[in-house]
Amino acid sequence: MDDVKTPTSEERKTALSGLGTSRKRVEDARFTQGKGNYVDDIKLKGMLFGDFVRSPVAHAKIKKIDTSAALALPGVHAVLTAADLEPLGLHWMPTLAGDKQMVLADGKVLFQGQEVAFVVGDDRYAVADGVALVEVEYDELPVVTDPFKAEMESAPILREDIADQKEGAHGPRRHPNHIFTWESGDKEGTNKVLDEAEVVADEMVYYHRTHPCPLETCGCVASMDKINGKLTVWGTFQAPHAVRTVASLISSIPEHNIRIISPDIGGGFGNKVGVYPGYVCAIVASIVTGVPIKWVEDRMDNLMATAFARDYWMHGKISATKDGKITGLWCHTTADHGAFDACADPTKFPAGFMNICTGSYDIPVAYLAVDGVYTNKAPGGVAYRCSFRVTEASYFIERMIEVLALKLGMDSAELRSKNFIKKEQFPYTSALGWEYDSGDYHKAWNKALEAVNYKKLREDQAKQLELFRSGKSRKLIGIGLSHFTEIVGAGPVKNCDILGLGMFDACEIRIHPTGSAIARLGTISQGQGHATTFAQILASEIGIPASDITLEEGDTDTAPYGLGTYGSRSTPVAGAATAMAGRKIRAKAQMIAAYLLEVHDDDLEWDVDRFVVKGAPEKFKTMKEIAFASYNQAIPGVEPGLEAVSYYDPPNMTYPNGAYICVMEIDVDTGVSEIKKVYALDDCGTRINPMIIEGQVHGGLTEALAISMGQEIAYDEQGNVMTGTLMDFFVPTAWETPNYETDFTETPSPHHPIGAKGVGESPNVGGVSAFSNAVHDAFKPFGLTQAHMPHDHWRVWKIAKDLGLHN
Amino acid sequence: MIPSAFKFYKPDNLQKAVALMADFGDEARVIAGGHSLIPVMKQRLTDIKHLIDLSAINELKGINIKENSISIGAMTTQVELITNEELFKVVPIIREASLQIADPQVRNLGTIGGNVANGDPANDMPGLMQLLDATYKISGIKGIREIKAREFYEGAYFTAREDDEILVSISFNTPTGGYSYEKQKRKIGDYATAAAGVILNVDNGVCSSASIALTNLSDTPVYCSDAVSMLIGKQIDDSLLSEVTKSCVEQSDPVADQRGPVEFKKYVAGIVINKALKRAFERS
Ligand SMILES: Cc1cc2nc3c(=O)[nH]c(=O)nc-3n(C[C@H](O)[C@H](O)[C@H](O)COP(=O)(O)OP(=O)(O)OC[C@H]3O[C@@H](n4cnc5c(N)ncnc54)[C@H](O)[C@@H]3O)c2cc1C
Repeated sequence: MDDVKTPTSEERKTALSGLGTSRKRVEDARFTQGKGNYVDDIKLKGMLFGDFVRSPVAHAKIKKIDTSAALALPGVHAVLTAADLEPLGLHWMPTLAGDKQMVLADGKVLFQGQEVAFVVGDDRYAVADGVALVEVEYDELPVVTDPFKAEMESAPILREDIADQKEGAHGPRRHPNHIFTWESGDKEGTNKVLDEAEVVADEMVYYHRTHPCPLETCGCVASMDKINGKLTVWGTFQAPHAVRTVASLISSIPEHNIRIISPDIGGGFGNKVGVYPGYVCAIVASIVTGVPIKWVEDRMDNLMATAFARDYWMHGKISATKDGKITGLWCHTTADHGAFDACADPTKFPAGFMNICTGSYDIPVAYLAVDGVYTNKAPGGVAYRCSFRVTEASYFIERMIEVLALKLGMDSAELRSKNFIKKEQFPYTSALGWEYDSGDYHKAWNKALEAVNYKKLREDQAKQLELFRSGKSRKLIGIGLSHFTEIVGAGPVKNCDILGLGMFDACEIRIHPTGSAIARLGTISQGQGHATTFAQILASEIGIPASDITLEEGDTDTAPYGLGTYGSRSTPVAGAATAMAGRKIRAKAQMIAAYLLEVHDDDLEWDVDRFVVKGAPEKFKTMKEIAFASYNQAIPGVEPGLEAVSYYDPPNMTYPNGAYICVMEIDVDTGVSEIKKVYALDDCGTRINPMIIEGQVHGGLTEALAISMGQEIAYDEQGNVMTGTLMDFFVPTAWETPNYETDFTETPSPHHPIGAKGVGESPNVGGVSAFSNAVHDAFKPFGLTQAHMPHDHWRVWKIAKDLGLHN
Repeated sequence: MIPSAFKFYKPDNLQKAVALMADFGDEARVIAGGHSLIPVMKQRLTDIKHLIDLSAINELKGINIKENSISIGAMTTQVELITNEELFKVVPIIREASLQIADPQVRNLGTIGGNVANGDPANDMPGLMQLLDATYKISGIKGIREIKAREFYEGAYFTAREDDEILVSISFNTPTGGYSYEKQKRKIGDYATAAAGVILNVDNGVCSSASIALTNLSDTPVYCSDAVSMLIGKQIDDSLLSEVTKSCVEQSDPVADQRGPVEFKKYVAGIVINKALKRAFERS
């Protein structure tokens, strides 16, 4: 007996694979074997397909739609147009931003790729032939793709449906193409500081239009069961519960008769938050035909029509004392929203959390105004791997810091350091009203500068500059610095809702008799690895090994209500709910253990996976034993079973932050850049799974690289999409992806039950500035202040040319 | 992205394929690797009623290396061009250029015949064939004829091949001398922003023969005859190569696209051409 040792606490802790362990992703076994179950894998009996006739032009009146040839084609069952949807009141639908959007073109089209008619047929092939046979007569109208021109007197009126409406969802409108003005901060105070400042830097920073481009495009299968009146929709939904409520509100189908299921999702990045015409048409078509309808976009549809990101023209002014203490920040943003305001933001925030644009800095006074504008471009404005408009805000301030450093003749690393919010200032209330929860920016910054040997980098850069100046090389080196602060985890119900739905989230746990468990959440993983990490949170909370905990999300009939996964909200909100529900389980387990051990509750203490009698370590009950007892003991005053649910309304957002540095070599003649180094330090509070964090950072950095160096949705003046395929829309492959060095500091969030802040989007937020600043930095010695992204070959070449660097 | 309906044929010899083409005229198209054709079919930019697959025709396959010349069957894939060691020994520029085409997935299926017959000015092989002064063997219902690659390209997607003719093989004399194929592109899987191939023979610093060709810098591949005559008989140095580069750029006529405006492309063409010249000179 002697050699059978009771495992130590440490050993038992390791066996749980709880918080802080690099547990392998449980999802990967199926994904790497091609055994995932995505929307397009769903095949139901009698299922038909639907697809869109899309507008080839950006702005036109529709004179006529002739569906007869399509309908005559064998295999085509129906063609829906706005006229068919109108009696149901579904030819338009509300957007998440308080606007409305055409489901199918109602008399006119407003952007290239807009949905005009929905063809339903036996299979994709019949439908594609049907789509080609629908004849639409367009009467073209003048096009406006420039948001500044859209507000001119002479601009064509895009939204004739609301042309006379002087008041929009977010206040007064000053022009038929104007959507809203959103203000934050102290206008007069800021103007006064700017007027009296010793130094002011003034710059226009454009964050171009791009697209989340998930590997899997958007789609759904809608199935109306006419016998029991129940509608089931499988879809690529980042927010299945919200979709159910919205579907009920717009279709008048009672909410209990709607079941929304998000199966495996092949990446979302914000692209799958909104409600798209395809979903509505598939549902209507299923109701009309009585059979399931599948709609899945192709790549071109997705890039052209489904939810772009960014497109913010940010005019900034930043003031400082001569020695570099920032005194004020002013920003006016012109936001190009496309044809409908379909941004996926919390209701009260038409420009998202753009007012986090004071960044990581202690800025005494600030003012922000955002004007939303309609243009003949696709609607969207989603948060592409970032919290609502946070990457725009972060890019803005990180560019303004660089521009200010130029003006001051100061090293921008030092300028940042001089103005960071200090550790002891947290919780810190920013000039634009946010309460930053925690951070130690100086620590992170110093660690980063040391890790890359910043001084040496600058010396190497200077040497290369010498070689360039003496004609020995045509290459320059740029060092891109970025310190970002995100605001994620939306959010407190008091100020965050989507269509009136508070942005809490939920977790429900059931412990089985043998001591394993199932937990269900209101979120939905799209690659983040929730089934892995949430089980880890729970393992640490309730002492059941992560491998014994099943995680389920995405089925509105079984999962508790939650607002879904985007804006890095899963860990801050649903992760907190998970911990809180776990604590409820533990509280009940403690009562059961006390009963079994015949002691008072207070005489017990928690030890990894068991309750132990204080002072008598040989007397304990493990969670496994307690679980079984909960099913077979009649404990006075305690209900049988071991279950808990928690709906968590976060008291505040969380504020992940980090320090990123990129070193880039640029050939001034070809515009070709080569990434020499990327260092990314993240502080996401408590680290649940370091391996998953690293994976998230790699993925996010790669998207940031894409966005800053080439990825864009470009339009010509006629409103034609110029980047409709992956030939021209840049998605990096392994070849273009550099090595990443990751690092961390760990400053837990004081208000989150386990101190975690969320990390999935940080690298996109911090990365774009690091890459873009590197390009700017390379040309700094020649007087470059601002050059808009994406920094693809020809635009970088153009910088060099404009600076006179070509002979 | 679904193409319109078509009938599919897979003849097992050239004669049958030629007969099918003659029967269906311009309603028919041959398919080789499909990596240029299928994308346009899926976007319904072209409507093909009869698709004739050449993959079962052995006469169209294989690399035949003779004493002073080489002949390559139209259906030889790009990956075969890269991995064939014998070919690499005699014409290393083919591997160098082929490795810069698209990505491994495309090269596994894409063929040399499809690449040169397609008439897409963005394709790399037509430029390479200018460089090698290749001859295309073409078969039609009226028999077999030969066309020089330098006379084959008439405009973007327009070539001297009749609609019902099939490219059988490509042949050229084994080149000697230094070589280089330089290409600038935005990413893996992209066509050239600008690309140039050079072959140089140099005796005691004097150029004895030369060939220069450009890819995606005009609506057809460009053979730079003026630049070649500037080189021959001259002592090669940096300033001559700059002059030659300038002449090549003058012969280019690129169009603006998402890769950039004309001015940029011409500038990059100059860089790429000059690099190729220098590299070929170093290797000569
Ligand atoms: C993503 C992507 C990137 C690419 N990048 C490059 C690149 O960088 N450089 C480059 O050179 N190419 C590139 N390509 C094109 C690729 O090399 C194609 O494989 C090639 O152009 C066509 O060869 P194929 O065998 O696939 O021909 P197919 O696509 O089958 O045919 C192309 C055309 O040629 C005709 N054809 C084919 N064979 C014959 C024949 N024997 N006789 C008569 N007509 C014939 C067909 O009818 C068709 O019109 C790219 C393709 C893709 C999809």
